[in-house]
Amino acid sequence: MEKFTVHTGTAVPLRRSNVDTDQIIPAVYLKRVTRTGFEDGLFQAWRSNEPDFVLNQQRFNGASVLVAGPDFGTGSSREHAVWALLDYGFKVVISPRFADIFRGNSLKAGLLTVVLPEKIVQRLLDDISDDPSTQVTIDLTEMQVRWTGEVHDFELDDYTRWRLLEGLDDIGLTLRHPESIDEYELGRKPWLPSLSDTLNAT
Amino acid sequence: MGKTLAEKLWDSHLVRSAAGEPDLLYIDMHLVHEVTSPQAFEGLRLAGRGVRRPDLTLATEDHNVPTQDIFAPIADLVSRTQVDTLRRNCADFGVTLYPMGDKEQGIVHVIGPQLGITQPGMSLVCGDSHTSTHGAFGALAFGIGTSQVEHVLATQTLPMDRPKTMAVVVNGELPAGVTPKDVILAVIAQVGTAGGQGYMVEYRGDTFESMTMEGRMTVCNMSIEWGARAGMIAPDDTTFAYLKGRPHAPAGGDWEAAVSYWKTLVTDPDAEFDAEVVLDAAAITPFVTWGTNPGQGAPLSSSVPDPADFAEESDQVAARKALTYMGLQPGTPLRDIKVDTVFVGSCTNGRIEDLRASAAVLDGRKVADGVRMLVVPGSMKVKAQAESEGLDAIFTAAGAEWRQAGCSMCLGMNPDQLAPGERSASTSNRNFEGRQGKGGRTHLVSPLVAAATAITGHLASPADL
Repeated sequence: MEKFTVHTGTAVPLRRSNVDTDQIIPAVYLKRVTRTGFEDGLFQAWRSNEPDFVLNQQRFNGASVLVAGPDFGTGSSREHAVWALLDYGFKVVISPRFADIFRGNSLKAGLLTVVLPEKIVQRLLDDISDDPSTQVTIDLTEMQVRWTGEVHDFELDDYTRWRLLEGLDDIGLTLRHPESIDEYELGRKPWLPSLSDTLNAT
Repeated sequence: MGKTLAEKLWDSHLVRSAAGEPDLLYIDMHLVHEVTSPQAFEGLRLAGRGVRRPDLTLATEDHNVPTQDIFAPIADLVSRTQVDTLRRNCADFGVTLYPMGDKEQGIVHVIGPQLGITQPGMSLVCGDSHTSTHGAFGALAFGIGTSQVEHVLATQTLPMDRPKTMAVVVNGELPAGVTPKDVILAVIAQVGTAGGQGYMVEYRGDTFESMTMEGRMTVCNMSIEWGARAGMIAPDDTTFAYLKGRPHAPAGGDWEAAVSYWKTLVTDPDAEFDAEVVLDAAAITPFVTWGTNPGQGAPLSSSVPDPADFAEESDQVAARKALTYMGLQPGTPLRDIKVDTVFVGSCTNGRIEDLRASAAVLDGRKVADGVRMLVVPGSMKVKAQAESEGLDAIFTAAGAEWRQAGCSMCLGMNPDQLAPGERSASTSNRNFEGRQGKGGRTHLVSPLVAAATAITGHLASPADL
């Protein structure tokens, strides 16, 4: 995973709440077995059915920050939603509230999801709509979001922040303590289900 | 102070707990399907890693499965490649796979319980948000993303921050014609799609205690639809009776030891939840959704709401947008809404009791002219059971289509989809825009309402027949 420290870019205002993962990327795009190339599926229905959808407006071309209403990423566990946003060129999503699984997926895959209070998100939405060239800075070292005349702190647990700043792989971190997994396995209940019989049979 | 069930399950799976780090949880069973696993297996290959515990990993094919001819190669080449990729990955990494055509194949959340692989006290994950289904057995079960699938394959553990705990308490007898699906739809309408966010939820009260295992699974299945990390119900005699004798259930002396352990998996009397939601069973009626998220629901006897009546402005905006998409006018009685398609199936309502309930309503009746009804069993075992009871004959005599097992029209990754503008009554779990096909309009319903709707051609309950 790439390290994330500070990002500055223009932003897209997505004034919708409850943007579910079926909207972020419809199921038909999930059939691929690769990890890249999901940008064509991003918000596919809205992009094709709504000519004035924000991603169809030239003035927001090249934006790398997505600003959305509350409850972004509800629904399925598809990490393809995160990949589609990354592949399209987004580095950060800002919303008053994210669905848990989406948030977890984003922070594992290197898409920074930032929670700001609804009132501040509203102001940011207004400012980037008024002036799409507004440069928005998301600073993970200082834990701040900054744009014209505005500075707002955000929160992220120290562990996740450290992992993103260092670009560390979660699996590698877990495997630093292999002995604790071995030890746990010794104490598992003897009746717990196992597929070993099936495996031995085949 | 005592512990809640969720806390007991969490603590008993702690591999490591250190200040300033997420807890590391052991995973007792990892269910895998074709959609969210290919990039995880590829990640293992790139890093030169293997699957730590193939014996605690089970794969099946469900999302892409064509339900009309399950034994022929998949016509859609992209789907076929995804299924072939899963087969290659399972062969390469030594994982047990139940492929299309196998008698054990089916939706992951149907086959786990059916095989006795889902047991009280376990931790269980799958790259699918409806993994919360397995919480019905008093297990800690939750959906994960592909990065986490790779993590579990490689280490059999997951780093997680411990969620808070919530109780959903429902007491009393459900009125006739009211099902577990109506209960969970009523819960979601009350708390909203984000109401459970950050919580592990325990469903408590005699309403849940009176439910069968299949009813409990329907309830726990939809925990994610109101944002909960996991949903669970304490195991009891109903749970033990369901499990006894299943292929992977404990046997012999293990059975007694297991049951005595399982009986400790209840919330202690002096334990405290961080939050509580209470509903009265007697007040719940058949429930349907009118909008484009599972929280936008109302009693079938009511009307399409007026967006102006919502207190919050964001709810008004969301309701207006939903009604435009759904093509509905405020004030229209929900019973007047005509449908083109009825879908009975999915990990929410594709089990044998769901099929029995729908069939009992359809028996001796006909699906209305112009309505297409699809009945898709949740697994090949459910299909075989239904056929041995003659349910397939009831469905086909009524004019419904009897299909093979898979996720099917719940999310339309296979050919079972709505056409643009088409409207369905569906026993599945999500009414998102385009979920069942581009431009399709979904009303979530119980298996009873689905069957009555198929007969009348508009949203209806069996009492309306």
